[in-house]
Amino acid sequence: MSEQIEDGEPMLRVENLQKRFRVDDGIVNAITNRLRGDDPSYVHAVDGVSFDLQKGETLGLAGESGCGKTTTGMTLTKLYEPSGGSIRYEGRDITDLEGEDLQAFRRNVQMIFQDPFESLNPKRTIFDTLVEPLKIHDIGNQQKRVARALEFAGLTPPEQFFDQFPHELSGGQRQRVAIARALVLDPDFIVADEPVSMLDVSLRAGVLQLLERMNKEYNLSVVYISHDLSLLRHMCDKLAIMYLGRIVEYGRTEEIIESPKHPYTKALVNAVPVPDPTIKRTRVELAGEVGDAIEVPTGCRFKDRCDEHLGDVCDQVSPPLERKADITGDRLVGCHLFESAEGFDPEAELVKSRSGDGSPVAAESDD
Amino acid sequence: MGIQDETADSIYTDLDEYAGVDDDRSEWSRFIARWRETFASQWRLLKQDTLVVFGIVTIAFFALVAVLAPYIAPHSPLERQYGDDGVLISQWHEPFWLGGEGGHILGTTAEGYDIFSQLVFGTRPALIVGFAAAVITATFGTMVALVAGYYGGRVDDVLMRLVDIAYGLPLLPTVILMVAYLGPSFFNVIIAVCLLQWRSSARVIRSQVLSLRERPFVQSARVAGASDWRIISRHIAPNVLPLTFLYAAFAIGWGILTEAGVSFLGLGDPSQVSWGTMLQSSHTYNAMSHGVWWWFVPPGICIALVVISGFLIGRGYEEITNPKLRRRN
Repeated sequence: MSEQIEDGEPMLRVENLQKRFRVDDGIVNAITNRLRGDDPSYVHAVDGVSFDLQKGETLGLAGESGCGKTTTGMTLTKLYEPSGGSIRYEGRDITDLEGEDLQAFRRNVQMIFQDPFESLNPKRTIFDTLVEPLKIHDIGNQQKRVARALEFAGLTPPEQFFDQFPHELSGGQRQRVAIARALVLDPDFIVADEPVSMLDVSLRAGVLQLLERMNKEYNLSVVYISHDLSLLRHMCDKLAIMYLGRIVEYGRTEEIIESPKHPYTKALVNAVPVPDPTIKRTRVELAGEVGDAIEVPTGCRFKDRCDEHLGDVCDQVSPPLERKADITGDRLVGCHLFESAEGFDPEAELVKSRSGDGSPVAAESDD
Repeated sequence: MGIQDETADSIYTDLDEYAGVDDDRSEWSRFIARWRETFASQWRLLKQDTLVVFGIVTIAFFALVAVLAPYIAPHSPLERQYGDDGVLISQWHEPFWLGGEGGHILGTTAEGYDIFSQLVFGTRPALIVGFAAAVITATFGTMVALVAGYYGGRVDDVLMRLVDIAYGLPLLPTVILMVAYLGPSFFNVIIAVCLLQWRSSARVIRSQVLSLRERPFVQSARVAGASDWRIISRHIAPNVLPLTFLYAAFAIGWGILTEAGVSFLGLGDPSQVSWGTMLQSSHTYNAMSHGVWWWFVPPGICIALVVISGFLIGRGYEEITNPKLRRRN
């Protein structure tokens, strides 16, 4: 990203983040690859993602399954080592942190997982689960903190839950315990990966309110990962729409939902049901599946499913995520349908690639 | 939404309100409670199956016999008995209830040893081999599995190729070779059994570890900054414990069978009486063709009972670890 939407160094700045996974791992594959002279193949789960997160801000990462949103979240919390790009937290690059610096970072970042049945160790009591982060970081007042966190998460009286095991709690209670565990270290930002999608619809509102309270009352930054645009619209200040490892549209949530620009965003927004049968809207339906993340297609990643396809430009030139001259507001869009405000000319790139060695041009650094 | 003006920096600024909550929850009491819960829940599942209860009772019975052997056995197992005529017995005597002289409960061997006493004392090596094999194989196999599964990569490759090599060794021939090389002693048999038995527990538990380490509760421990040791010991190991117990239960049976087999082949410890050596000497004296069934049938039954009990307990554990096998109540 060449420009910042807000001024000042943000709390978290992600630049050109990449995460690849080896497909053919293991000794045997390594040997056969070497014999055949093949390069190892990779899944490009996250392929050049950039965004900023201010203190107290909420960002939504949206997209279909397999678009890399969860991988992005797990890389932010250092569960995965990024393969490229940088993550700067309070002005410091955290990608290569080790030892005490890493522990200090871990104190400030927590994650809430999708499945409350899987995210709590079945063999440990609620107190054990909640006190563990405090023990790791050697923080005092452990019992009081645990009690406070449980109470904040709406599990009262907290002492009653201390000696219970996860299997004795309901799904909603477990997710509240997971949230309490994320809060017990008093972090600066939390990555919430589909925090309510496994919960009963009747329980969602309560858990969402809890998440909203922790953002509003304690100025916590939250990255929400979800495929549910109506949830993200409710919870997030900013929205990043992801497709096949890239952000295709980024801006204020209301603006994106009210007037989506990228053809993919349009399709996503259109798929959200509106509880009013009299509203007429043109349906945009997506054909086919998300493309192959191993053999990443040249040009625009969305080209095969796009019904506003422009021809060779879309096939050959990868559109950068940039400010567009014909779109107002703080919005970044990665699509050739709009005029670049930063002087990027896809047609010229196309000509250049033809006159050159004939290889397709990637606007952003591709590997 | 967004940044608000009156935000507290932390939800923990008002911790003083919790002055009533004391801060000394004993580490030990929670540790004990955790283990009690682990065993209690497994015992609840195990005791539903009468066959498992039978297995546990049988092994408990033999364990009691082994401990109390000197009080139960009327004679020392390797003390030659005198006949009613005051001469050393040099031909087997029938049990007293078949009209045999000397009042021996199960008669005597051809060397004049009291068979019942041998049977009682033979419980000791059987159970020692069984439990030593169980504890060592299960512990070693689980540790290899935890390291291989958790660290993955080259460590995993090396350890699993070692398991492959161990899988290539046939059980009895290898034990025979090792005992022949190391000398016929009781502990060499245990070592030999363990060297061959850790492989299956290592492989199966490793696959369980591979799946556990990607589970969200392990991930959240990692996000919280937990060390590898903490994750392995607090989060992964307790969750593979039922599998460890399963392999321990099976190892009891295999250990006893192997010890009996090795002793029967004459490679056991000559200074110690075991069910296997009893079978071996009855074979040497052709007891079977002379119809001296009271010599070889009792040790055979004992071996079968203990081995079957081990397998029954193992089967019960399989039902715990694989709920699909569980019968619906």
